Amino acid sequence: MISVRDLVVTFGHGRDAVQAVRGVSFEVAEGESFGLVGESGSGKSTVLRALSGLNRSWTGRASIGGLDVAKADRRLPHLAQMVFQDPYASLHPRHTVDRALSEPLEIHGTGDVSARVEAALADVGLGPAFRFRYPNQLSGGQRQRVAIARALMLRPKVLLLDEPTSALDVSVQAEILNLLRRLRAQQRLTMILVSHNLAVVAHMCDRLAVMNRGLVVEEMDVATLRREAPREAYTRQLLLASKGYDRAVAGRMVSFD
Amino acid sequence: MTALLEVEDLRVSFRTPTGPFHAVRGVSFALGRERLGIVGESGSGKSLTGRAIMRLLPASAQLSARRLAFDGTDLLTASPRTLRGLRGARISLVMQDPKYSLNPVMRVGEQIAEAARIHGGVSARDARRKALAMLEAVRIRDPERVYRLYPHEVSGGMGQRIMIAMMLVPEPDLLIADEPTSALDVTVQMQVLAILDDLVAQRGMGLIFISHDLDLVASFCDRVLVMYAGRVVEERAARDLAAATHPYTRGLLQSLPRIDDDRAELPTLSRDPAWLEG
Amino acid sequence: MSWRAALLSDTPRSRQEAKLGALYRGWLRFRRNRLAVLGLLIVVALVVVAAFAPWIATHDPYAQNLAQRLLPPGSAGHWLGTDEFGRDIFSRLVYGARITLYIVVLVALIAAPIGLLVGTAAGYLGGWVDAALMRLTDVFLAFPSLILALAFVAALGPGIENAVIAIALTSWPPYARIARAETLTIRNSDYIAAARLQGAGTGRILVRHVMPLCVSSLTVRVTLDMAGIILTAAGLGFLGLGAQPPMAEWGAMVSSGRRYILDQWWVATIPGLAIFVVSLAFNLLGDGLRDVLDPRQKT
Repeated sequence: MISVRDLVVTFGHGRDAVQAVRGVSFEVAEGESFGLVGESGSGKSTVLRALSGLNRSWTGRASIGGLDVAKADRRLPHLAQMVFQDPYASLHPRHTVDRALSEPLEIHGTGDVSARVEAALADVGLGPAFRFRYPNQLSGGQRQRVAIARALMLRPKVLLLDEPTSALDVSVQAEILNLLRRLRAQQRLTMILVSHNLAVVAHMCDRLAVMNRGLVVEEMDVATLRREAPREAYTRQLLLASKGYDRAVAGRMVSFD
Repeated sequence: MTALLEVEDLRVSFRTPTGPFHAVRGVSFALGRERLGIVGESGSGKSLTGRAIMRLLPASAQLSARRLAFDGTDLLTASPRTLRGLRGARISLVMQDPKYSLNPVMRVGEQIAEAARIHGGVSARDARRKALAMLEAVRIRDPERVYRLYPHEVSGGMGQRIMIAMMLVPEPDLLIADEPTSALDVTVQMQVLAILDDLVAQRGMGLIFISHDLDLVASFCDRVLVMYAGRVVEERAARDLAAATHPYTRGLLQSLPRIDDDRAELPTLSRDPAWLEG
Repeated sequence: MSWRAALLSDTPRSRQEAKLGALYRGWLRFRRNRLAVLGLLIVVALVVVAAFAPWIATHDPYAQNLAQRLLPPGSAGHWLGTDEFGRDIFSRLVYGARITLYIVVLVALIAAPIGLLVGTAAGYLGGWVDAALMRLTDVFLAFPSLILALAFVAALGPGIENAVIAIALTSWPPYARIARAETLTIRNSDYIAAARLQGAGTGRILVRHVMPLCVSSLTVRVTLDMAGIILTAAGLGFLGLGAQPPMAEWGAMVSSGRRYILDQWWVATIPGLAIFVVSLAFNLLGDGLRDVLDPRQKT
C-alpha cells in the first residue's frame, strides 16, 4: 500500500543544508498499522510530511496505493489524509465544525454534504449538537475528534497520524486511541503512526521502525517490542528510559550520534 | 523534622464574567526535604498551586490560605522585598518552556553567572566558575562553548537544561519544577532527573515535581498528590501509586497504554460529579 | 430573553446561527469598553446626520447672505454662526458629514482590498512574487503619504474624487504589510496544511482560509486609520487640492476660515472641532474592535 525507498530530506541550501532524513526505506501493507518511533530530531515527522506531500524537497521514491507522491496526483487526497499533533492548531479558528468537514467535499464536488457531515460526526462519537460550533467552543479531545473526522471525509484508505495524542491528557488519549482503533477496523484503514511514546505505538501498531538521527535503526513487529527484545542497543535504551525513572539506569545512559 | 514548606487550605480563584472560578480549592500539604510529586490533568490546578507558593500568580487571581509558610516565613504576609529575596535564592521555579524564561539578548552562561552572583553573593570570577560547573552538572558537553551561546542558538532540550542550571546555581532550598522535562527526549529526561535526584539526596533540597506523567512521578518521587478540579483527591507514597484507591487515580492509571499488554480497548474515565467534592 | 439564549447557545442549528452567535459574543465583549461604545455612537451619529442631511440642516449650505456674514454662534437662526459669505455653518457641517463619510468609505473600499490582496498573495506565495510585490510596497512607503497624495492630485487635477483616489493609492501599503505579516504566521499552520492535503488550490486557500484571518486585523487598522484619512482629506481640502469651493468640506471650511481666525474664531474652529470629534471617535472604535477581533481571542 505504501512504499518508501531511499528517502532523503534536506532542509536549507548550500553550506547550511541539513539532512533531516538520510535514506529511509520501508513498506506498509494494506490494512497494516505501522509505527515510526524516535526522539525529537530523529526525522520521523519529516518522513510523514514528505509522504503526505506537504514537503516536496526530497529525493528517493515514495508511493501510496501505486501513485507516485512526488507527482502530486489529484487522486492522492482521496487516498491518504493526515491528522496533526496539536488539535489547537489544526482547526481553522474562524470555521465552524460544519465548514471544516464540508470543505473537502466542496473541493471535490461531492454531493450530499449535509448527510455526510452528520455521519462523519457520528463516526467520531460527536453528536449533531457539535456541528455548528467553533473550535474555541470545543475541548482538546473534541477538536482532535473533529480533525480525525475531517481526515476521513474523503474516505481515504490511508491515515497518516503525527503524534495524534501527545498534546492530550491521558484520559483523553485513551478515548482517541480507542476511536482510532475502531475506525481502523470499520473502514479497513492503513495507518502510519508517528510517536515518541513506545506504549502508544505498542498499543496501536502491528509493526514499527525505530528512527535516530535521520536513519531507521531497526524494524520489528510489535511482539518483539512487547517481549522487550529489540536487537539494537539504541532501542533497548529507549525502552528502558520509557519505563520510568531509575537512578542506576539514568547513570548508564549514553548518547547515540 | 520541621517542614520546609507548609501549605494549608490554599485557594486560588479568578473573577470571570460568569462569576468566580475556583481553580485551586483548599490544597494542604507539608513538604520536607523530599521529592513530592503533584500529578493531574490540564485544568487540575497543579501548576497554579506551584505558582501560588512562589506568589507568582496573574494579577486577576485571588489567593487565600490558612497558612502558607516557607521555612518559618509567612509567605502570605511577607513584603514584596522579602519575597524577592526568597525567590531565586531559596525557592526556584523551573517552567516547562525555556523560551519564555531566558533573556534572548544575553549569553546563557552570563545569565547563569548572574543568578549565582545576585543570589549567592559571590565574585564575578567565582560566579563564572560556578556557572560552568553547573552546566557540566546538567550534562552539557563543552560547557565553555555553550556558555557563550545566545538562547536562540541552543536546542529546546539544551535550553531546558540551561534553565535548570540557572535555577539550581543559587543552590535553592526548594525547587518547584513544573513539567521540567516534558519537552525533553526520554534519555535526556532521565539524565536531568538524575541531577535533581542527586541534589535532593546530597544537599537536602526540597523538590515539588509537577507533572501529568503518572508513571514518571511514581518512579521518581517519594510522595504523590493527585489533583482533580482544584483539589487533592489522593495522597500516597509514590511506590504505592499502583495501589491507589480513588477512582480517578485508578482510572488514570488504567487508561495508560502499556508496552507489555495487549488490551484491545483502553478503559476510559467516566468522571463522577462526586469527585468534585470528594 | 429567549433570542439571547438562542444566540449564546452552545448548539447552534446552522452556520448562520453560529455566525450570529459569534457576532453577539463579540458585541458583548465590545460593549464592555465604554469609550469604544462612545466612538461607535459618534460614528453612527455621523452616518445618521449624513443620511438625513436635508432634514437636519436648517439652511441651504450654499445660500449666501452677505448681510448676515460672520455672525457669532448663538445668533438668531444661525446657532453655530455664519461664515464670510453669510452661509449657515451648522448646515454646512451637516452636509460636510456626507463628504467626510464619502471619503473614508471610498478610501477604505479601495485601499483595504488592494492591501489585503497584495499582502496575502505576497505572504502565501513567497519567492519572487513576494519580492516583487513587497518592493512595490516599499516604493509607495518611501514617500510621506500627504506628499504623495499631493503629487497624485497635482497630476490628476484637484477635486474630491481625485483626492479620494490619491489617498487610497497612498494608504494601501501599510495594509499590505499587515496582511503579509499575518499570512506568514498563518501559512505554515496545520489547518492550512490540512486544506492543502484535501486538494484545495492556492486561490481557495487564500480566499477562504487566509483572508478571513487577515480581515480582522485589517479592519482594526483601517478603523484606526480613518482618523488619518479624514485629516489627510481635510489637509488636501485646506491646501485647496481636495474639495473645491463652494463644497462644504470640513478641511476646506477650516482653510477659508483661517483668514478670520483672530476676530471670528468660530468660522475655522467649529469645522475643526468636527474633524477632531469624528477622528477621535474612529480611534476609540478601532481600539474597541481590536479587543473583539483578535483571532487568537478565546471566548
